[in-house]
Amino acid sequence: MFNYNFRWNQALNALPQMLDGALVTLQIALLSMLIGVTVAVLLTMFRLSGNRILGGFATAWVELARNTPALFQIYMAHFGLGAFGIHLSPFTSLLAGIAFNNAGYLAENFRGALKAIPDTQARAARSLGMPATQAFRLIVMPQMFRVAFLPATNQMVWAILMTSLGVIVGMNTDLAGVTQELNARSFRTFEFFAIAAVIYYLIAKAVTLAAHAVAWRMFRY
Amino acid sequence: MIEIQNVRKSFGSLEVLKGIDLTVQKGEVLTVIGGSGSGKSTLLTCINGLEPIDSGRILLDGTEVHAKGTDLNKLRRKVGIVFQQWNAFPHLTVLENVMLAPRKVLGLPKAEAEAIAVKQLTHVGLGDKLKVYPSRLSGGQQQRMAIARALAMSPDYMLFDEVTSALDPQLVGEVLDTLRLLAQEGMTMICVTHEMKFAREVSDRVAFFHKGVMAEIAPPAELFGAPRTPELQTFLSATH
Repeated sequence: MFNYNFRWNQALNALPQMLDGALVTLQIALLSMLIGVTVAVLLTMFRLSGNRILGGFATAWVELARNTPALFQIYMAHFGLGAFGIHLSPFTSLLAGIAFNNAGYLAENFRGALKAIPDTQARAARSLGMPATQAFRLIVMPQMFRVAFLPATNQMVWAILMTSLGVIVGMNTDLAGVTQELNARSFRTFEFFAIAAVIYYLIAKAVTLAAHAVAWRMFRY
Repeated sequence: MIEIQNVRKSFGSLEVLKGIDLTVQKGEVLTVIGGSGSGKSTLLTCINGLEPIDSGRILLDGTEVHAKGTDLNKLRRKVGIVFQQWNAFPHLTVLENVMLAPRKVLGLPKAEAEAIAVKQLTHVGLGDKLKVYPSRLSGGQQQRMAIARALAMSPDYMLFDEVTSALDPQLVGEVLDTLRLLAQEGMTMICVTHEMKFAREVSDRVAFFHKGVMAEIAPPAELFGAPRTPELQTFLSATH
């Protein structure tokens, strides 16, 4: 009944390929966070603007991103847009799907963080002659980032793990894609996926530790 | 000159300012006293346009604060305000707190903004705290920093909203000393305060607010020496 023979050598020989894949994974995750944070700041400003159209747009984004599966979001970026003649590469559609998801979660994270900053901060800034946008950018936003930073690292870890969903749109250069292809050729399923899991774990851990170091350095006050 | 003409202001159904008329001349030190909820703090935030008014006019050197076309951001450069809760910017050092607005609002070069900030911070006795974050300062020090921050914009007017009310008693003195210094230097000031001794000492005139009305206004000797209204008599006997 239990007659599976472990052959680690074959899997370990493929380690360089898998590590190349891990780099692609990290690259997508970092890019998706960069885009996600930027868009989330915009969505947050839209929601604060009091403009109904902008606010509605931001709310719709957050609702969709948080209440539909990430898999569906990536699928839509690839095949959904494909139906309208917009053909994105697997890399781009995976990046777009994760960035969309990140932006939604981060916008909600920023909204919570804003509640922790007293209105009097913006008021004090305005009383020094700063226009509202400047007061937000120089006084409110930096404090918001501090409150939101550690929760945002969770999203970064989540982004790393979400990259594995790329296999459904034919992504074959990231860690999950490379592993999948190696598995298809060798059927050493357990070995390859165990090693991939360890690599995912190590990347996620490294990112969390790095984030704590950055937070310690950046938020001295 | 600050001219306040028949200003009315409500929060919901509560009318906090019931037709205030008041003129403050250049160089004058006016203190405003009165119980809580008398409208005195609201008046200050109306003067720099942080709060809208319902009717009446406030003129600052002839510019109507609440008129549609008024550039409030520009106007606020002339009017410094310091709040009861000092509102230090926690993510900036003491020096950065003070030099931020001169740099970003007035557009001064960094070196010049820094020189102004150092001068103002030294002026309020914080010359040795430039590089620390506000969280390392006592309440009194943070409040003096907030005063330096407002002064760094070289305002023509300063508004002080109960700046010692949130401080421990032993820290009140250092902040009041800073205000005294400013008064001596000829700064035009409106100070909302509960410090009667201070009001008596530094003011050119003292205004007594009661339930949204300016019940009395007179030089301190007269106002404290011979209060005319029963409300002020009651207020003064309660605070002593």
